[in-house]
Amino acid sequence: MNGLRQGLAVAMAIARKDAISELRGRQAAGSTLFFAALVLLLFGFALGPDSRRLAEAAPGLLWLAIVFGGLLTMARLHQLEADDGAFEQLALYPVDRRAIYAGKALAGAAVMLVLGGLLLPIVAILYAIPIGTAWLPLLIAVALGAIGFAAIGTAYAGLTVRMRAREVMLPLLMLPVVAPLLLAAVKATAASLSGDPLGELGSWLQLLVAFDVIMLVVGAGTYGFLLED
Amino acid sequence: MKTRILGFVALAAVIGAAVNGLFVVPADLNQGDAQRIMYVHVASAWIAYASFGVTALAGLGYLIRRDLRLDALALAGAEVGVMFTAFAIWGGMMWGRPVWGVYWQWEDPRLTTTALLLALYIGYLLLRRLTDDPARRAARAAVVGLIAAVDIPIVHFSVLWWRGLHQGPTIGDPSKILNPSAPLQFVLALLAMLAAFTLVWAYLLIRRYQLARLEWQLEEDARRGLVQTARLALPGAAAAEEPAR
Repeated sequence: MNGLRQGLAVAMAIARKDAISELRGRQAAGSTLFFAALVLLLFGFALGPDSRRLAEAAPGLLWLAIVFGGLLTMARLHQLEADDGAFEQLALYPVDRRAIYAGKALAGAAVMLVLGGLLLPIVAILYAIPIGTAWLPLLIAVALGAIGFAAIGTAYAGLTVRMRAREVMLPLLMLPVVAPLLLAAVKATAASLSGDPLGELGSWLQLLVAFDVIMLVVGAGTYGFLLED
Repeated sequence: MKTRILGFVALAAVIGAAVNGLFVVPADLNQGDAQRIMYVHVASAWIAYASFGVTALAGLGYLIRRDLRLDALALAGAEVGVMFTAFAIWGGMMWGRPVWGVYWQWEDPRLTTTALLLALYIGYLLLRRLTDDPARRAARAAVVGLIAAVDIPIVHFSVLWWRGLHQGPTIGDPSKILNPSAPLQFVLALLAMLAAFTLVWAYLLIRRYQLARLEWQLEEDARRGLVQTARLALPGAAAAEEPAR
């Protein structure tokens, strides 16, 4: 019991530190949001001015923007530490590695939730879709998506951070793994927006929950091996 | 020597199964000769899944036992698996064009799953090439292999739902070939091909494993300054001199 409490304290401390350095940092969170918003704008150009087509594609475009922004977020959460040589020290702390993982994943999920939450109104404005009535399921979908993405992103960012060509390797490794998450999140978002006429929202949210739980377990179990090397 | 015999047996088995599938078994009434592709296509898909199972289990074993031989096995599984996956996708596309009318059928959950499978393990192989230290490479690869293996069933189910919740069953679903109404001859031809492919698989797996051990030995020697250039070694020689770790 004591160990669990200590682990939680460690996780919270790491999450707090990461979230603060992310939100207060000059180069970080703001530019990611701007990048993701820019992606949404460019999708508009790519698909043409047909507003119906844009509204139909909106859930998918929103999630692609979140995924791209999320990749940057995950990489940076580890990069800051690796650049300063603090990563080795983090690995040397005599605490449960799962707690370190949990803290990092929590910070990643929180930053991504903020990102997704801010992108929702941008999508609503750019693609003219009403999100007012569906904000709760939308936020749940974004939160579940953020957790799952951070669960894998933390493990893979920890893996690639000290690698050559890490800028390529992180998306290359992550994108195929998050494919089911993307699929379920897009479906859940589309169902929320259309008022869930087929009653499928629950299934997709369940799939997201299952994905999150499985990836958190695997990530927590393997993160220690990545810190070791 | 034993491996070489296995290689010849595998070659003979594949030739036998191919002759059977191409000339002995009659063509399918609906799909015509295109259906013959299924014998190699389904067999390679199964073998691919088995390969990635080997990779995941060997990787898990490495994380527990820290034995680099298990890592060599994981590598062998991934590389052979990528080859069979690519082969399965290629076969599926060749089959899909005449039967479905398109090379790529988004509504087929197996095809989409297999494409992601290929992407997952190409990433795995790339990761290996970008890490030099053997122990570090083995640990990283093991983690990626495990996450990929856990991901595959989720991918499969999500794609199944993705299709299932919106559309009716696709006509020409590959599983229909194996339904009970399929003539026994077809099923036997597929099983014969599967057996032949399993022999090829075992042969390639063993050879790739041996090669990985040799490569590792060479890396180790180069690090110690024992060799300057690549040297030739006999397949049997490497297994004997395994430095204790």
